[in-house]
Amino acid sequence: MSDHAAHVPGLAHHFVNMEQQKEAGTIGMWLFLLTEIMFFGGLFLAYTIYRAKYPDGFLQGSHLLSVPLGGLNTVVLIVSSLTMAMAVYYSQLGERKKLLGFLALTLILGSVFLVVKYFEYAEKFQHHLFPAHWMYNPAADHPPTQYHGQVQVFLWIYFMMTGLHALHMIIGIGLLLVIMFMAHKGKFSKQYNSPVELFGLYWHFVDIVWIFLFPLLYLTGYHVGGGH
Amino acid sequence: MSLFSFQIPFMPEQASKFALEVDLFYIALWLITIGVTIGIVIAIFVFMVKYKRRHNGEIPDQIEGHMMLEILWSVIPFIICIGIFAWGAKIYYQMYSEPKESLEIFVTGKQWMWRAQHPDGQREINTLHVPVGRRVKLTMTSEDVLHAYFIPAFRTKTDVVPGRYTTTWFEATKPGTYHIFCAEYCGTQHSGMIGTVTAMEPGEYQAWLGGGTNEPPAIVGERLFSSLACNTCHTADGKGRGPKLTELYGKQVKLNNGSSVTFDDTYIRESILDPAAKVVENYQVIMPSFRGQISEEQIGQVIAYLKSIGPKDGDAAAKPAATAAAKPAAAKPAPAATK
Amino acid sequence: MATEVMAQAEESRTNYLTNGHTVKSWLLTLDHKRIGLLYLFSISIFFAIGGIYAALIRLELITPQGDLMTAETYNRVFTMHGVMMIFFFLIPSIPATLGNFLLPLMLGTKDVAFPRLNLLSWYVFMVGAILMLITIMSGGVDTGWTFYPPYSSIYSNSQVTLAGVSIFITGFSSILTGLNFMVTIHTMRAPGLTWFRLPLFVWAHYATSLIQVLGTPVVAITVLALAFERTLQIGIFDPKLGGDPVLFQHMFWFYSHPAVYIMIIPSMGVISELIANMTRKKVFGYHFVAFSSLAIAVFGFLVWGHHMFTSSQSMYAGMVFSLITYAVAIPSAIKTFNWTATIFKGSVSYDTPMIYALAFIGLFTIGGMTGLFLAALGLDVHLHDTYFVVAHFHYVMVGGAIIGYLGGLHFWWPKMTGRMYPEVWGRISAAIVFLGFNLTFFPQFIVGYLGMPRRYHAYVPEYQVWHILSTAGASLLAIGFIMPVVYLAWSLKYGEKAGDNPWMAAGLEWETSSPPPTENFTYQPVINHDAYEFENVKEIKEAAAKEAALQTA
Repeated sequence: MSDHAAHVPGLAHHFVNMEQQKEAGTIGMWLFLLTEIMFFGGLFLAYTIYRAKYPDGFLQGSHLLSVPLGGLNTVVLIVSSLTMAMAVYYSQLGERKKLLGFLALTLILGSVFLVVKYFEYAEKFQHHLFPAHWMYNPAADHPPTQYHGQVQVFLWIYFMMTGLHALHMIIGIGLLLVIMFMAHKGKFSKQYNSPVELFGLYWHFVDIVWIFLFPLLYLTGYHVGGGH
Repeated sequence: MSLFSFQIPFMPEQASKFALEVDLFYIALWLITIGVTIGIVIAIFVFMVKYKRRHNGEIPDQIEGHMMLEILWSVIPFIICIGIFAWGAKIYYQMYSEPKESLEIFVTGKQWMWRAQHPDGQREINTLHVPVGRRVKLTMTSEDVLHAYFIPAFRTKTDVVPGRYTTTWFEATKPGTYHIFCAEYCGTQHSGMIGTVTAMEPGEYQAWLGGGTNEPPAIVGERLFSSLACNTCHTADGKGRGPKLTELYGKQVKLNNGSSVTFDDTYIRESILDPAAKVVENYQVIMPSFRGQISEEQIGQVIAYLKSIGPKDGDAAAKPAATAAAKPAAAKPAPAATK
Repeated sequence: MATEVMAQAEESRTNYLTNGHTVKSWLLTLDHKRIGLLYLFSISIFFAIGGIYAALIRLELITPQGDLMTAETYNRVFTMHGVMMIFFFLIPSIPATLGNFLLPLMLGTKDVAFPRLNLLSWYVFMVGAILMLITIMSGGVDTGWTFYPPYSSIYSNSQVTLAGVSIFITGFSSILTGLNFMVTIHTMRAPGLTWFRLPLFVWAHYATSLIQVLGTPVVAITVLALAFERTLQIGIFDPKLGGDPVLFQHMFWFYSHPAVYIMIIPSMGVISELIANMTRKKVFGYHFVAFSSLAIAVFGFLVWGHHMFTSSQSMYAGMVFSLITYAVAIPSAIKTFNWTATIFKGSVSYDTPMIYALAFIGLFTIGGMTGLFLAALGLDVHLHDTYFVVAHFHYVMVGGAIIGYLGGLHFWWPKMTGRMYPEVWGRISAAIVFLGFNLTFFPQFIVGYLGMPRRYHAYVPEYQVWHILSTAGASLLAIGFIMPVVYLAWSLKYGEKAGDNPWMAAGLEWETSSPPPTENFTYQPVINHDAYEFENVKEIKEAAAKEAALQTA
């Protein structure tokens, strides 16, 4: 009998063995990321259509965003992907301390991203650039008056895309805390480490989304120069 | 075609040139449907009776499948489907190819009524008077939500979309009064957004047109053009702060971003409401938006005016769409002159 | 002797129903079978609510004047009918109930891949549903289930935002279920159970899950955007604010057309099982039936524009969408022909599930063929947004999806509960459903071609006769739907004990006891043959042996 199978740590009772469990987790995570692509896909579609419809508004709108801050965040996220990859690597070697160290680094970098994002958002709110109708009231030169409506469209796309992305970051940090807690408790070993690996997939995905968002939103009008 | 238009049960009246073909198509599809359904039902009944389970322990001989049959019942339906597609696409193409010579009526949908304005200026609400035997083109837009202009007797329907123009055309073949329905759900009184279209003999239509004292839209549009001070910038000599608009309708215009756009209804409307969207080459964005100061109907009148001062017929640059009834202000449309 | 002991053990073994009787043991269960029943119970309530709305619609339409309720009420009623039936009944109907219950049984495994996620799906579904009930209580929605802006985003005075949030949340339940099923089918098949040995029910659910996983996120983001436009007044879809109303239609139908296949493909899977088992024949052309499900799912993503032939999209876009739509018709035709061929030279039982299966074939044929009318460009211009469309999708959704659901429910009822439903009542109600359904919806084809637009509270008097016929049919249909509720509930206590395999059906789920134990199988099933091999069914062998003995005697 395979009764002893139930005693393998980390193996849920309904799976036959570790391989099956790991395969299920991996396929599950990839499918989940597929749904995420479709989810963001709707917004990318809206971006494409409105950019074609309002090219000038998008140029003007992108000048409202801070390239240095966006660039900083891009670097932060790319580095966090590296630390996450290292965490996955050490989880597979079963090195608990290094695993925890790299998870902590990832956590710090993720938080830095969100703090920077917070300042970017706060600045927009201060300048009445949040596109809700009762608030949207850009100062006279910023953006040029005749593009108000178009820039408003750009700004809702900006807020919706980056907001959704930030939400994914927040969820990611929550999950990261859980993973760190599990690692701290010594749940992971050479044999059982798929949660770290699967979380790593999620983290990289969120990172990649940002890699698309940064040029599409921040750099769209960069070649035209500051404008003001 | 009036030769064939007799009243068939279960069908609305056939009162336009499209009606007969749509109906024939519809009947053909029902014949296929009934044929297939009856075939399958008979097969099922025969099998049920013939192969009824006789005793509890029986296991019939198994049949895995039959490649030839599978190919047959994939390929034959496919061919039928392609046939149906082609027939449907042909009718659709006719419906969506704008006629060269037509009577143009401007229709505005608004919760919950239909406004129409004829080229001679006659206006009506929830009714539409059209001459028999003449192609009528409707240019439509909505002031609020989505609507759809549906005339069952003519077998035409087109969504009426805010923010853009949609067109449809028909040629009434039989004098009479038929329903207009709003077919796209538009709110509380959606089912009350109905009206009647009256198809009349051309003579009667002329008489009906004469009954009103309205001015043609192009004339009203000309007055709007000066009362809204458009003419201070868009001067006729081309030296104003805005581009010259005479002799322009239907032509290509170069924009400041390098692309070009046709100076048509949609572009004129966009430029009035959102002047910064597409700016003509070598001009500055100084025009204010007229959003909120001008109604859809008035925009239609300005367009009619710009059309009336557009290029003369036969101008090489003019597109067919632009030549159609280009000068509603200049002359009364002469019915039957086209043939 | 050993077998006797085992038989006794079998008798006293707790099954999944008796394994815990507390409310907690149900609400916190990770057992896919119990979760299936939780869904069954919840969606039955939502079906009843949707049904009450349907009854109100039919009552209102008896007279042309619109005198039973105000236009405003009527608009809310038909919207809530659509929303309830589509998002809270049809989409979860077969996958979440029968699918949840049967998939692990058919795969020979103990549970779905992610049991906690499975329970979470149900909770997410219930949160969405409760939000929708709150929406109803606070006035409902009057936009139609399609939520077209700018009416929904700016002009409507009803609870659109709340409804949007509810649908957004419910969508995640559907995504999680689909994801769970796909992973389960990929990784949890019993030893020897290769892809082409899977029952067609499983293939159908695989195709369905694919749509759920790929399509639902798009509608989720769309309703979210709609809710933002409504609350913040930002220009996403309203042209006055700089948006594009047709973009919403594209994004909405990109999901909502495939969603139609979420509703019908599982039903097709059920029908494949019913026909094979009720005629004791292998499904004719197994591979074709299996792949046609996938083909429908894949092509289904490419045809959304056929809802927009009159919407001002370009003529050539219309042609492309029309052509691809006909490509979807082929796999549906293949299925229908293969089912019919399966009955040929079978051993046909006349029990209730078979009656439902045959009703499905007939009604789905009409539903599918009338789809060809609507995909035909020139004809759709006339038919679009009329009662012809209403009739068409009810033939597919009720005549297809619900009939399949009822057939499946009757067929697997003994497995789920251990009791038989009363066969005579089953047949009578199936016949009533069939007749009532046709009387309700066939007149709508006619009145639709005559020009009656959908979503009309009042209409012109010449259409009245068709509406009266339709309402008469609806009353009959209501009886047909209420009867099973009564006798199925009755059978829970008084029904005949079913035994493990009352239909002498082939399939792993019939090899375990009825109701199955919590871990599904007391042994690890190993499969060494195709689906629908009736020579392997021991109950048939026993019956044959008995008959042979009788004959010789």
